[in-house]
Amino acid sequence: MMIPGQGILKGLAETARNFAGSYVGRRRLVTVPYPEERLAPKEAARNFPFLVYDGDDWEKGLRCVACQICEKECPPKCITIIKDTVRKPDHLGKLQFQPKRFDIDISVCMSCQICVEVCPFDAIKMDTEFELSATDRFEQLLFRKPQLAKPNHYFQRIHPVESAEVDARLGAEKAKAEAKAEVLPKAKP
Amino acid sequence: MSARDFQVIPRLGPEGEALDGEQLEISMGPQHPSTHGVFRMDLLLDGERVTRLKPVFGYLHRNHEKIGESTTYLGSMPYTDRLDYFCSLTNNWAYALTVEKLAGIQVPERAEYLRVITAELTRLQNHLSLAGFLLQDMGASGTPLMYAFREREKILDLFESLTGARMMCNYMRFGGCRCDLPAGWLEQARAVVGEFPRFLDEFQALLDENEILMSRTQGVGVLSAALAVNAGVTGPMLRASGVNYDIRKVDRYGIYDRFEFRVPLGDHGDVYDRYLVRVLEMRESLKILEPALRDLPAGPVLDPKTKLRGFRPKPGEAYGRIESPKGELGFFLISDGSPNPYRYRVRPPSFINLTILEDLCLGRQVADVVVILGSVDIVLGEVDR
Repeated sequence: MMIPGQGILKGLAETARNFAGSYVGRRRLVTVPYPEERLAPKEAARNFPFLVYDGDDWEKGLRCVACQICEKECPPKCITIIKDTVRKPDHLGKLQFQPKRFDIDISVCMSCQICVEVCPFDAIKMDTEFELSATDRFEQLLFRKPQLAKPNHYFQRIHPVESAEVDARLGAEKAKAEAKAEVLPKAKP
Repeated sequence: MSARDFQVIPRLGPEGEALDGEQLEISMGPQHPSTHGVFRMDLLLDGERVTRLKPVFGYLHRNHEKIGESTTYLGSMPYTDRLDYFCSLTNNWAYALTVEKLAGIQVPERAEYLRVITAELTRLQNHLSLAGFLLQDMGASGTPLMYAFREREKILDLFESLTGARMMCNYMRFGGCRCDLPAGWLEQARAVVGEFPRFLDEFQALLDENEILMSRTQGVGVLSAALAVNAGVTGPMLRASGVNYDIRKVDRYGIYDRFEFRVPLGDHGDVYDRYLVRVLEMRESLKILEPALRDLPAGPVLDPKTKLRGFRPKPGEAYGRIESPKGELGFFLISDGSPNPYRYRVRPPSFINLTILEDLCLGRQVADVVVILGSVDIVLGEVDR
């Protein structure tokens, strides 16, 4: 036999417990007062893509070779690439095509990470910067090459685990290429 | 001719009594806070009673199916996140399952476990938000919703550290999952799952016997089993009407045959049963999650033979379906051997569950319409596509 109002009183006891509990433990209080306090950054977090460059000069060091795979695979087609007509030396002195123009319209981008997955050169990665406000809907939301290029140490800072793996793989490839280059001149004479 | 001349229609009330008066047509939505998105209802009212209800939707139409036909198979995966944006992981799974069926791809065992874990976590957080919003619709402004969202936040944190996004996860790939678990994820997930029953006890103590909740929901919006089956209603809506139909049990897709869980059924098919069935389903999901998190095998998470780029399945067609938190979510794909599907069709559970809305609401009051709509559990991203 239920006394009328018993269910409500039982519920009120729960709210009282939750109210008091939110002062003693994190279990009942999961939010933090942003912007004074922030949650720890997550390794897998992703927002918008950026271009990685090696070395100090962003124009020379871009890993992107304008193969245009990401442009083709991007589901909302937010990437525009114009390939350069001449090969230029990259930071290692190797002649490569470079993108003459590389634009990402971040008002169209949906942060799906497919460009990162399909890139064979580890040239495009996901940024974690989320405090992006603009006063204009078009020009300020169209990111061009200078805004997109970010150094490898930035990538290492925001994605420590992923960048360690990428650096190890690229280092191994570079060592292999150097070993091959040393072998070749010997074989000639 | 005055407005009165054709508006005076003698009608009978629910008990057969004559009602004389003007009928009032009101438009609820599309910006009504209780309509769960941009959904509009044309109501014809006789006093407070609903005599006709016409759902109007399409405000969030994004041409999802046609976009699916013009983009690659992989390119449609992030778009499926946006169907039912509360449950992106189950949407991913349904689409991946269909493409795997179409192309005959095998999924590694670890990936199957990861899919079950993420799908059941999705079910937990979807049912939590539904219970919170339903109470919000009844006027319990805030408290149950905040408690539900607090727990949902813990699950979304798990999603973020695994997939990089809280809601638009884009996690599954054809032949597995995109990435493996980060360090410490399993312990965190076990802690969240381990604490969950305690929260559910509190949540049920808060609500299950609450007299206001019972008087607002019991006997309201009764859906008979026959109508539910005839209208193609699926998911917790159908089970609340007492029909034992759960695709996890019927199809046993993935590795659901390895887990012991029961299917909660309702007796009356009213709003209260729909609420309770979902709460009980959360308890059953925990019974799946605990062994899945314990027995997770080692191994690859992605079939190494599947191609990410230039994926062209052989000509043919496939229909794949899973039990999403809202009901039967199916994808139908026809391939003509090109990189894009020839036909891409979604069977959205919340759209089909919405078709019986008028039958549930006729003769009820306007305040009940809001509660009944809340118990149907719609997400307009999926209804309008």
